[in-house]
Amino acid sequence: MAKVLIPTPLRQYVEKKDSVEAEGTTVGEVLLSLTGAHPDLRKQIYTEEGKLRSFVNVYLNDEDIRYLEKDKTAVSAADVLSIVPSIAGGA
Amino acid sequence: MTLTQEEVLRYSRHLIMPEVGMEGQLKLKAASVLLVGTGGLGAPLAMYLAAAGVGRIGLVDFDTVDHTNLHRQVIHGTSDVGRPKIDSAMDSMREINPNVKLDRHEVALTSENALQIIADYDLVVDGTDNFPTRYLVNDACVLLGKPNVYGSIFRFEGQATVFAYKGGPCYRCLYAEPPPPGLVPSCAEGGVLGILPGVIGLIQATEAVKLILRVGEPLVGRLLLYDALAMRFRELKLRRNSECPVCGDHPTITQLIDYQEFCGVRMQEPTNNVEIDVLDLKKKLDNKEQFTLLDVREVHEVLIARIPGSTLIPLGDLEKRTTELDRSDEIIVHCKSGGRSSKAVEYLRKSGYSNVKNLTGGILAWSDKIDPSVPKY
Repeated sequence: MAKVLIPTPLRQYVEKKDSVEAEGTTVGEVLLSLTGAHPDLRKQIYTEEGKLRSFVNVYLNDEDIRYLEKDKTAVSAADVLSIVPSIAGGA
Repeated sequence: MTLTQEEVLRYSRHLIMPEVGMEGQLKLKAASVLLVGTGGLGAPLAMYLAAAGVGRIGLVDFDTVDHTNLHRQVIHGTSDVGRPKIDSAMDSMREINPNVKLDRHEVALTSENALQIIADYDLVVDGTDNFPTRYLVNDACVLLGKPNVYGSIFRFEGQATVFAYKGGPCYRCLYAEPPPPGLVPSCAEGGVLGILPGVIGLIQATEAVKLILRVGEPLVGRLLLYDALAMRFRELKLRRNSECPVCGDHPTITQLIDYQEFCGVRMQEPTNNVEIDVLDLKKKLDNKEQFTLLDVREVHEVLIARIPGSTLIPLGDLEKRTTELDRSDEIIVHCKSGGRSSKAVEYLRKSGYSNVKNLTGGILAWSDKIDPSVPKY
């Protein structure tokens, strides 16, 4: 079980919530149960081949999971996962 | 280099701080900063960097001021609507501080001109609004070894960091590739809190000034996230990716590339047989032809403006609600300016709807050419 912070552009896929609790003991499991419960979110953050999209980063607390053990990174109940997609606005 | 008496007075509150002082103020006067974009982020950046006494500021913009800019682009005023942004911005900056030398680059930054323009400055501040220009600015800064002070905004959220500073990470280390066109909405599509670019732009301005003064801890290797709704700042670790194609150990990008192509923008060009313009739509309505006018905007946008007779299914709901549409009908899809509706057309065509067209220019074109009483937003 871990808390997952959802950024503004993706809140529309999780009933407009800014954070969601999801089951799992690794990052991969937490994201799997999260996107299982919210299939529209799955299409946004994963490719059809099931890979995390290259404009979506996932952080365990303040660390990018690409520099931990990616999907296999262990998650405890006190951890917070953040999904941080690329945004380009500025004008 | 020295300060004039007028400058000593003007910068007095800087001069009496040990972290700036005369030495720091002279560093600012000797410094040159390139601002890419004079929009939401660029407006506060340009005003404060001019006020702070940065000696030379280059502005890159080729847009004109319109009414929809005014709720956030505070460097432009109501009487500036219709003027080139670069003129309006330069007038405001000269009024704030006539000592600053301003360079005018009234062009789109491209792979052909970026290196030449950027090479003439100490650092770059990225206030653009699109992925191709952001990757272009990033790559050019990495190739030239210029720090790139980055900020981006969406609705109530902002991100800021400093890229390409002394071997630190770059934009591609953070995001290797942009999203496909249309997947991540722009401010024009998704909206932005007017104040938000003020907050993020001034974080960028602060970092630019710190880099020039060489004081404090630069926002390098850290991605700052700002959520205005929760009023919360967070910080995430950002590392240089040793496999980064531009700043990694074995770079594969050693010169500027085609960024429109890299970001897939060209693929989005509409093909003629699926487009219909507002004049033809008007004729069809006047002739009382049978067809479905499908509006794929959000409910709150319909409250601002609508074309009479349209059926609303927001783009995000289209997949679930496709069955509400009849395959044998002619369907004309519209949104605000044509982006979302072209995605809807593509989806419907894939789903077996053969007679589907996209209204070119959306409801904005309808307001321009057919019914000016429909408000533009």
